[in-house]
Amino acid sequence: MSHPSTYNPGSGLEKWLDARLPIMRLMHDSLNDFPTPKNLNYWWTFGGILTVCLMIQIITGIVLAMHYTAQADMAFDSIEHIMRDVNYGWLMRYVHANGSSMFFLAVYLHMFRGLYYGSYKEPREVLWMLGVVIFILMMATAFMGYVLPWGQMSYWAATVITNLFSAIPLIGDDIRTLLLGGPSVDNPTLNRFFSLHYLLPFAIFGVVVLHIWALHVPGNNNPTGIEVKDLKKDTVPFHPYYTVKDGFGIAVFLVLFAAFVFFNPDGLGHPDNYIKANPLATPASIVPEWYFMPFYAILRAITFDLGPISSKLGGVIAMFASILILFVLPWLDRAKIRSMRYRPAMRLWFILFVVACIALGVLGGKPAEGNLVLYAQIATAYYFGFFLIIMPLAGIMETPKALPSSIADAVLAKKKPDAARSHASGGAQPAPAE
Amino acid sequence: MKISMIARTLIIAATLSLCGMSAAVAASGSAKDPEHRHWHFAGPFGTHDKDALQRGFQVYETVCASCHGVELLSFRNLGQKGGPFYLDSCPDGFADNVDCSNPNENPIVKAIASQYRYQVVDGPDDSGDMVERAPIASDRIPGPYANEVIARLANNNALPPDFSLIIKARHHGPDYVFSLLTGYEDAPASVEIAPGQHYNPYFHGDMSQALKPEFLNAEGHAIDGVDVPPGGVLAMAPPLFDGVIDYADPGTPETVEQYAADVVEFLTWAAEPKMEARKAMGVMSLIYLLVLCFILYWSYRKVWAKLDH
Repeated sequence: MSHPSTYNPGSGLEKWLDARLPIMRLMHDSLNDFPTPKNLNYWWTFGGILTVCLMIQIITGIVLAMHYTAQADMAFDSIEHIMRDVNYGWLMRYVHANGSSMFFLAVYLHMFRGLYYGSYKEPREVLWMLGVVIFILMMATAFMGYVLPWGQMSYWAATVITNLFSAIPLIGDDIRTLLLGGPSVDNPTLNRFFSLHYLLPFAIFGVVVLHIWALHVPGNNNPTGIEVKDLKKDTVPFHPYYTVKDGFGIAVFLVLFAAFVFFNPDGLGHPDNYIKANPLATPASIVPEWYFMPFYAILRAITFDLGPISSKLGGVIAMFASILILFVLPWLDRAKIRSMRYRPAMRLWFILFVVACIALGVLGGKPAEGNLVLYAQIATAYYFGFFLIIMPLAGIMETPKALPSSIADAVLAKKKPDAARSHASGGAQPAPAE
Repeated sequence: MKISMIARTLIIAATLSLCGMSAAVAASGSAKDPEHRHWHFAGPFGTHDKDALQRGFQVYETVCASCHGVELLSFRNLGQKGGPFYLDSCPDGFADNVDCSNPNENPIVKAIASQYRYQVVDGPDDSGDMVERAPIASDRIPGPYANEVIARLANNNALPPDFSLIIKARHHGPDYVFSLLTGYEDAPASVEIAPGQHYNPYFHGDMSQALKPEFLNAEGHAIDGVDVPPGGVLAMAPPLFDGVIDYADPGTPETVEQYAADVVEFLTWAAEPKMEARKAMGVMSLIYLLVLCFILYWSYRKVWAKLDH
């Protein structure tokens, strides 16, 4: 949160620079002395983890681009050249490919955390919306990156996804042609996807800077959802308290990351992408990467026409709406209390929401036939119902638990669990867990 | 610990939904699940059995290479570290300045290249003509066909896939290729196999297309009580027979199973020649990261110890 600067230039050089470009002051105030609620749990380490993910993707990506050939006849073989003949090329490529999965895993946990603790609510609406922008840019980047190896799944995923745009009335076909650079997926598609795949990560980086800026104006939310009242009692400096805690979280995350890279590097991929792209042979099933599957399931769940809206257009609308709805989330939620820790009814709806998202993810990877279509429709209905019906109504109808009076109080109550329990049985005080 | 309770609920819910759905889909599966075997290269510490790699290359060159290429492999790959014919040092009788750990100087690799069953096309030479010559270690391993048209002409219009990545390009690649090679059987009586086609229960196809007319109803579906056999038909005849390849080591059985297992070992190496380096680095990386985790956790406890939290 905004706080008086505590930067004290030590040397003459630092004083000289501070009078001209106070960049050291900015770094000090936002990364070193930034007052951070003292009760953040491990779900708050994903911001740091995501920064590391972005850096890993950019660094490995720059190295890969030095050896990759963005030409339809050569792209597939150039990837295998990286795997076989470039020194540690296999490492760069496996880190980059699994890195996208790790990035999405972390971003989904980060988003669920924001949902659960109400981090999108006033005064953090812009912070949340910038996060949604980052998420959309990530999806575009990942999709285009997946096309670059020019395997069967690359080619056919590009075909299926760009086809969706042709469902848009009037201008759909033109948009599709513009995306592809021609009537079908071919060399021009590969070239423009490579160009954009190199560009967008830097756009993401820029929005991440805004995201952190927007975080540092109101300051961190925290598991209780109540605002900082007393900087001294409620907060600690970011460094060393959260650099070390985030550092630990990042290291644990890297263990999972390394386990995939070194021991199951193709486990999250599809075998068909080790077959060179062939426009004449459609794979038995075209499935996206796991992190797109929930949205793919929503797309395919709309199997019926709605008046003038065909099922295809309806699916496209539903899929885009499922992401865009996140932008208005801060205004859909009418609750006064941020954290679901004190909203017992909402917590159950939230758990159901996570289950629906996971179910959609599983269904997105299965053929859309029989009962699976019905399941996907139920999960899709719940996905939208959660935002459009449950969120607005819960804020009005629920009976929340009482909030602790301050972050410091909540922390102290946790330290003395007996005291907290006796409070809780009295019904007057919440039972702050953790 | 509310969060961990939530996490547990979610994991249970996710597992349940996964189980329920996989059961629903299994019913429509059309090929037999590959037989699961234990492979020398499996697991975090798995490495390649060098003898099996060498035998596997022999099986590939003698049998598979008649129709299938390995276009991503060069002869030199055979002699690189982790490859079938890698040498730490030269055998006796070599000059001191020869480094046999360099694949291009490896005498076994040089011999394999110069005596390979196919020539490479090189040129143009001084008179502007393309010439065929025996391969050298730095050449890609030449395949049986000059182009796809010739390959299809020679194979009843089927295209034999390249084998460089075949293990990675199939679900459960090693088990699948082994099962396919050893799993040919006579087609069930209910189906009619076209000439030049061969039935294999592990091959992904649709046998309902091959049912004899007396087992079909008016709509062309199987009549009640008739099961559609698993698997499919492929243009490749059973490629391996007991004793078809002579192994130098008299102790190794010359059976279809042994040939298939050896060639799978070789093709797995061919699909990822750097696998051993990857796993070795993985072990070191994980040890490093786990120590780092421990140090950071300890630092975290130490830093936060003085705080009321």
